[in-house]
Amino acid sequence: MKLVEHFQHGLDAPICLTWELTYACNLSCVHCLSSSGRRDPRELSTEECKAVVDELQRLQVFYVNIGGGEPTVRSDFWEIVEYAVDHQVGVKFSTNGVRITPERARWLAESDYVDVQLSLDGATPEVNDPVRGDGSFDTTMTAMRNLRDAGFTGFKISVVMTRHNIGQLDEFKRIADEFDAQLRITRLRPSGRGADTWDELHPLPEQQLELYDWLVAHGEDVLTGDSFFHLNALGSTPLPGLNLCGAGRVVCLIDPVGDVYACPFAIHEEFRGGNVRDEGGFTGVWRGSDLFSRLREPQTGGACSSCSAFDSCQGGCMAAKFFTGLPLDGPDPECVKGNGERALELVGAGAPKPTPDKDHSRTGKKKQTGVPVAIGWGPPEPERLPDRACDTSPLAGMPAPREVR
Amino acid sequence: MSTETFAPDRPYRLSPSVALRPEPFGALVYDFTTRKLSFLKTRLLVDVVHALDDAPDAHAALRSAEVPDDDHDRYLDALAGLASAGTIEVRGD
Amino acid sequence: MSENHTVTTAEADIEEDLLVEEVSIDGMCGVY
Ligand code: SF4
Ligand code: SF4
Repeated sequence: MKLVEHFQHGLDAPICLTWELTYACNLSCVHCLSSSGRRDPRELSTEECKAVVDELQRLQVFYVNIGGGEPTVRSDFWEIVEYAVDHQVGVKFSTNGVRITPERARWLAESDYVDVQLSLDGATPEVNDPVRGDGSFDTTMTAMRNLRDAGFTGFKISVVMTRHNIGQLDEFKRIADEFDAQLRITRLRPSGRGADTWDELHPLPEQQLELYDWLVAHGEDVLTGDSFFHLNALGSTPLPGLNLCGAGRVVCLIDPVGDVYACPFAIHEEFRGGNVRDEGGFTGVWRGSDLFSRLREPQTGGACSSCSAFDSCQGGCMAAKFFTGLPLDGPDPECVKGNGERALELVGAGAPKPTPDKDHSRTGKKKQTGVPVAIGWGPPEPERLPDRACDTSPLAGMPAPREVR
Repeated sequence: MSTETFAPDRPYRLSPSVALRPEPFGALVYDFTTRKLSFLKTRLLVDVVHALDDAPDAHAALRSAEVPDDDHDRYLDALAGLASAGTIEVRGD
Repeated sequence: MSENHTVTTAEADIEEDLLVEEVSIDGMCGVY
């Protein structure tokens, strides 16, 4: 039996576990998958995080992707990372670089089992900053220089592909090579604040081919999180990867308050299987929740089953369909055969589509549509005292680590 | 990572940087050093890998895991692959 | 094998009875 077929029935524990440690973030990227900004006061405590690590160790989850929000703004972040690697749980964490000082870069270069992924959505500030915020390009480049100067090689540079940066693919590759880093490009999904900006950001149909051709030519040295399997229908060369939506089968998300979702791009009540604080813990959710069991049942291809590309495309991404209001057993909104666009027209004419229901955007950033937008960030203004616990500054209760100026 | 070729008449063991996680169909193999993930796709192969530790050589491990004679070549090939990936290594004793 | 290389569908068809398969750790949807 092929490995993918085994995977379809689910595993005893996930392979690709994403763990978001906080919804707090110094940035407010317009496509943020978790609508991050403000810290959620119900966030798992240090002790609870360590208990999650203990459980992952028991389950032999050897590796986690830590994200956020900006995970490094948690004052106990490095403590949690150290605890994880000391308990046979390797870490790759995703950051915008704000806390990667020269000193921290040296620490990282010395630790085994810790990998760093820096987010960059444009090869120039002109393309990056409208999406990630003013000054964010420089922040990330500084972090990358600090890592290089500390001798940390092979860190990941992670780019979300949009219609504005597909033309920069070669430039991204050049930057990665220059830093002895590895380029990772992934698909933009209409999740979180991305639901509001997807229409204006997602690659245009003709750019999909450009992307596919580039991947066929460079696929061997570029990571993709296997996120472009919906492009397989474009040619006869299948992109490397499993070509499988792993949601709830091999993939899942633990969010900052302990909620367990089928996939990091599916933060919505529909896809919440339970909480690590529940009686059976994470294991109970992964092995016993109705949602996860349902996702492991054989799925029907629906309108896609007659498509010649179904084997390698599988109807695309569940989260992308959900947040664009498409049926989960039909074509992906970016179906390269054009079936998604036709389906989207029907949605436009009909019922309202689901909107992300877990918004941690900072006040005023919520209904942000339109790219580019000017996004400022900095310390909280003292005169704007929060009226609710949830409304505090993202950095509230988090003393700045010593190494920050 | 091993540079020697696989020799079925030598003793082998799971490399110290490697962990096995049982799964319904076999096991997941993770190498903490190379960060590589692979899968042993039958339970029998998992038994063979476990048997290596106490076996004087790889042939003996196949016998003690009761691999059918007809499958010996396939399983030796699989072990050779695991050796070249560094998942198993020669036991120095 | 590079980190990103996994067994593609076409290869898997031919090598259906492989006893060992390598998978990219990045080969599943994680963080952006
Ligand atoms: S829902 Fe989409 S992003 Fe999530 S695992 Fe499936 S294909 Fe990947
Ligand atoms: S019709 Fe479905 S299977 Fe075919 S290319 Fe479109 S999304 Fe993929």
